[in-house]
Amino acid sequence: MATQHSRSAARLMMAPAVVLLLGWMLIPLTMTLYFSFKKYLPMRGGDLGWVGFDNYVRFVTSSAFWPSVMTTLIIVGGVLAITVGLGILLAILLNQPMWGQGFVRILVIAPFFVMPTVSALVWKNMFMDPNYGLFAHLWEFFGATPVQWMSQASLSSIVIIVSWQWLPFATLILLTAIQSLDREQLDAAEMDGAPATKRFAYITLPHLGRAITVVILIQTIFLLSIFAEIFVTTGGAFGTKTLTYLIFQRVLESQNIGLGSAGGVYAIILANIVAIFLMRIVGKNLDA
Amino acid sequence: MGQIKLNQVSKSFGDVEVIPPLDLTIEDGEFTVFVGPSGCGKSTLLRLIAGLEDITSGHIDIDGTDATHVPPAKRGLAMVFQSYALYPHMSVRKNIAFPMKMAGVPAEEQQRRIEAAAKALNLTDYLDRRPGQLSGGQRQRVAIGRAIVREPSAFLFDEPLSNLDAALRVGMRLEISELHKRLATTMIYVTHDQVEAMTMADKIVVLRAGYIEQVGTPLELYYKPRNEFVAGFIGSPKMNLIKGPEAEARGAPTIGIRPEHFDVSTTEGAWEGTIGVAEHLGSDTFLHIHGVAGCDPMTVRVDGELSVKHGDRIFLTPQADKLHRFDAQGLRVE
Ligand SMILES: Nc1ncnc2c1ncn2[C@@H]1O[C@H](COP(=O)(O)OP(=O)(O)OP(=O)(O)O)[C@@H](O)[C@H]1O
Ligand SMILES: [Mg+2]
Repeated sequence: MATQHSRSAARLMMAPAVVLLLGWMLIPLTMTLYFSFKKYLPMRGGDLGWVGFDNYVRFVTSSAFWPSVMTTLIIVGGVLAITVGLGILLAILLNQPMWGQGFVRILVIAPFFVMPTVSALVWKNMFMDPNYGLFAHLWEFFGATPVQWMSQASLSSIVIIVSWQWLPFATLILLTAIQSLDREQLDAAEMDGAPATKRFAYITLPHLGRAITVVILIQTIFLLSIFAEIFVTTGGAFGTKTLTYLIFQRVLESQNIGLGSAGGVYAIILANIVAIFLMRIVGKNLDA
Repeated sequence: MGQIKLNQVSKSFGDVEVIPPLDLTIEDGEFTVFVGPSGCGKSTLLRLIAGLEDITSGHIDIDGTDATHVPPAKRGLAMVFQSYALYPHMSVRKNIAFPMKMAGVPAEEQQRRIEAAAKALNLTDYLDRRPGQLSGGQRQRVAIGRAIVREPSAFLFDEPLSNLDAALRVGMRLEISELHKRLATTMIYVTHDQVEAMTMADKIVVLRAGYIEQVGTPLELYYKPRNEFVAGFIGSPKMNLIKGPEAEARGAPTIGIRPEHFDVSTTEGAWEGTIGVAEHLGSDTFLHIHGVAGCDPMTVRVDGELSVKHGDRIFLTPQADKLHRFDAQGLRVE
């Protein structure tokens, strides 16, 4: 796309897509903003007029707000740490030549194809149920009292479930990155006297930098809005109410669309703060 | 110190024997070149010496002690790879410092050796750049710098110049030869370019399919190739190999004559032919001559000032004392 002519032609061709995309984005955003300044209770009188920043003030001052922000950040941070850490480990393992490599790779990727609702239900009932779950049996086998996962370790349970879902994604991206590492670099480092741990720290890890960045950025986008996993496990109880879940409760359980919309705007702000923060720390990896 | 001795060393990948058992001694301070066609096992042999591949059988002695099971880092050898294998996310300075950092060399000493290597290799201005910001020749020098600072007992080079353009290759060839003269350290150099082999080596090892075909000085190989393979491989352009009645008449099933060992005339001579392509290099001209029985085309090197052209008839007389004779098995007969 070098010449003037081809550039303007390209612009023309892209215009429909850009307009569609803008509409897609702008209409919901404008509607959220519109409702956030209204008192709008569908079951209790409908549109009750403009209220200024009332919804915004009520949303932040509610006792559930700051805990929900904290919960969101803990879940996102926990899942990122687990998936990136285990993802690197798995990618290294899967990159070793071994028997049945293709089959093992498919097994590792499988969780990604399970719907969030289903996987959360499976985890909740098959593994984490304190009476007949597999973990309960395991604990009893070793003579320990089974953990009441959903109530005693509610946040950890959700982090485990969501990590299990996202681990394949991280592993897959990191595996392709590891495969592109030049073998001669590792050989050179070995000749230079670096033992396996240092080869990992000085050669493999920096090589993975960009892939890790991509994993973190993409996962963060999706993790900020997880919902199904909370809905089917704890239903927002036991301190697992994320910002997304709080908004859901305001809109559907309390039937307060204005308040929910104000929450939605806060969610956008939180997402942007997290994004800026992430770009600051990991984004520079994308430049080089 | 840097004597390397291979005793019945062999290497198989699965069922495929890439290197059949071979013996080879590389003396301290020698510049040894492994040369051979692609896939003959040169890199594999070098990696066996480096310790990057396990030996299937046999053993390797370095400086008189058995090093067969010594890990690569402890063998005191430094390697320069074909792809350079620089660490892309480290500056040139850090790249060069890496082996010293791993060995725990004190910081001032590291600094001193980096400065010295950078000065010797003309890298002083580039120390803070990343490898990605350097040209091919500069990257090559960084790779050499990284090898030098370890002060190894021997250097291993795996086709270090094959990614460079022709002019740069000639320059780097000289630099590596000078480095060898200055350091007087053992060097093993892998190439498939016979010009590099001839110009740089103290000793050439010609390999074919893992077998050593001949070991000798460049001139030994040039004047007394042990068989047809070495005869065809060493020397540029290639030696002409002639079979049939013309060869029988000179006392062997196959005779070889190098392009530069002909007397050329436009009026009379032993063989007559027509000039096909004439490659004018300025100083010399290579003529590809058709129509001589037993070898087509025959390559002949003549003085650049001889004015001949495509289609001319020409007479050739091989210089009798420069003929090479080979028996039916392709081995040299005196
Ligand atoms: N890891 C491996 N597994 C199986 N076969 C291998 C392996 N490495 C090399 N080989 C085989 O060993 C033979 C020698 O390979 P090597 O790389 O030593 O050749 P080379 O002489 O260095 O060739 P080139 O000049 O092209 O670099 C080749 O036939 C190659 O296919
Ligand atoms: Mg090779």
